[in-house]
Amino acid sequence: MRALMNVFSVRDVSYNYGSKAALDDVTIELDTGRFCALLGPNGAGKSTLFALLTRLLVARQGSIHIAGHDFAREPRKALARLGVVFQQPTLDLDMSVSWNLSYFAALQGLSGGVVSQRIDAVLDRLDMRERAGEKVRELNGGHRRRMEIARALIHEPDILLLDEPTVGLDAASRSAITDYAHDLAESGMLIFWATHLVDEIRPADDVVVLHKGKVLTHERAAHLAGSGQLIDAFTRLTGPAPGLVPNHAVTVS
Amino acid sequence: MKGYLVSLRAIVTREAWRFLNQRSRFFAALVRPMVWLVVFAAGFRAALGLSIIPPYQTYITYEVYIVPGLCGMIQLFNAMQSSLSLVYDREMGSMRLLLTSPLPRGWLLFCKLLAGTAVSLLQVYVFLLLAAVFGIRMPAFGYLYAFPALVISGLMLGALGLLISSTIRQLENFAGVMNFVIFPMFFLSSALYPLWKMQESSALLRDICAVNPFTHAVELIRFALYGQLNAVALLWIVSTFLVCLLGAFWGYDPARTMMRRPGG
Repeated sequence: MRALMNVFSVRDVSYNYGSKAALDDVTIELDTGRFCALLGPNGAGKSTLFALLTRLLVARQGSIHIAGHDFAREPRKALARLGVVFQQPTLDLDMSVSWNLSYFAALQGLSGGVVSQRIDAVLDRLDMRERAGEKVRELNGGHRRRMEIARALIHEPDILLLDEPTVGLDAASRSAITDYAHDLAESGMLIFWATHLVDEIRPADDVVVLHKGKVLTHERAAHLAGSGQLIDAFTRLTGPAPGLVPNHAVTVS
Repeated sequence: MKGYLVSLRAIVTREAWRFLNQRSRFFAALVRPMVWLVVFAAGFRAALGLSIIPPYQTYITYEVYIVPGLCGMIQLFNAMQSSLSLVYDREMGSMRLLLTSPLPRGWLLFCKLLAGTAVSLLQVYVFLLLAAVFGIRMPAFGYLYAFPALVISGLMLGALGLLISSTIRQLENFAGVMNFVIFPMFFLSSALYPLWKMQESSALLRDICAVNPFTHAVELIRFALYGQLNAVALLWIVSTFLVCLLGAFWGYDPARTMMRRPGG
C-alpha cells in the first residue's frame, strides 16, 4: 500500500477558523524529483496549508501522508522526512552559522561526526563553508536564507517545503535560491514552493493554483500558460490578484 | 534515547549561553535580590520582630529570614522571563523549529523547562555567594541540601511560566500577566514575612498566602537550607508542577488552535 502512495499526499483536507473556511477539500498528490509551485494570492490559504503540513495545526478533515507516513498516526516519522523553510526567519542571530545548524540537527536527534560532515556538505553546496564561524547577524539577507535552506537539508529529507522563501531578497539572491531549489528537484527531491512571484516558476514545473482555500488547478506550468503567459492564465483563473508579480519567464509557444 | 539526550544538551547549552551573553539580564537578576537584601531588609529589620519558628532554632536577623524568599524571587522572575522568551519566539517564528521537530513536543518543552531551571540555579547560587560576601550565611551543608529543593521549585515555577506562555497569543499582553502573576505571588507569600505575622493583620490574607504555591517553594528552600525536608511544601510543589505541566502540554497541543492564525 505504501509503495503505491505518492511521497506527498494531501487528500480532501478542509480547515476552518471558526466559521471561516481557510481550506476547502484540498487534494494535492506529488512524487519525488518534482518542483511544485503553490501559487496563490494573499489569503488563498497557503500559510494554513503549510501549518498543516508542518503540524503546527492538525487537519480535522482529510488526510496528509508524507513519505508514506500518515500525519494522523505517525506524525513524528512524517516530520522526520520533511525539511522546512518558513517564511519568517527562524535563525538565532547571535549564534554562529555552524552552531545554528548543529542546534537544528540536535532537535532532529542527530549528533556526532555525521552532523559535522553533513553541515560541511550543505554549506559547501551553498558556497558558505567559509562563513561557518560567523555570527548569523553578520550575514546579509540572501546568505541567511541560503543558510535556512542548508539547515532544512541536514537531516536529508525527502521533501523540502519552502514558504515564500525569496520574499525581501534582491534579484540576484532570488535567482540563486530559485536555481538551487530546481537543482535539488533534479537530483530527486520533491520541492514544494509556496509563492506569489510567478517568475520563479519554470515551464516544466508543476503549478498548484490555490484560491480562496480551493485548488483551482494542478498542472504543468507550460500547459497552464498555454500560448500566453502564466500570469495571464493565473488571472483568468482567480481574477485580478493584487500583489501578484507578473513574469516574462514562462511564455510558452 | 540518544536523540533525546542530544536535544536536551543542545537546548540547555543554548539557554545558558544566551543568559550568560545577555549581561544586562544577568546583572538585573542579581541586583534585584541584592537590593532587597541589603537595602530593604536593613530598613525593615527594625520594624519587624521575628520569633523563633521552624526551621530556625535561634533568633535570626531579618536578612537571614528573607534569603530563601529572594532565592524564590530569582526563580520566579527567571521563569517569567523564560515564558516571555517563549512567547517572543513564537511571535517571531523561531519556536516553529522546536514545534516541527520529530522528537515528541512534550519532551522538547520539558527540555526548555530544564534549561530555564538550570539558568535559575546559576543565578541563585551566585546570589547566595554574594549574600555570603555581605555576611549573610547559611549553614554550609544547607547550600548542598538546597540544590534539589531549588531544582523542584524551579521546575514548578518554570511549568507555570510555560502554561502562561501557551495561553498568551501576543507579546503585548505579557506585561499585564507579569503584574498579575509575579507581584501577587511574591507579596502574598512567606517570602517577606512569616505567615503568623500575616495572620495578625488579616486571616484571609494568611489563608491566601497558605495556598500560594510560591509560599511552599520558599518554605521548601528555607527548610532545605537548614538540612530539613518540608514534606507538605514538597507535596504542594509537585502537585502544582504536574498540573501546570499537563496544562502547558495541552496548551501546546497542535490539535488545538492555540497557535496564532497564519496569514496568507
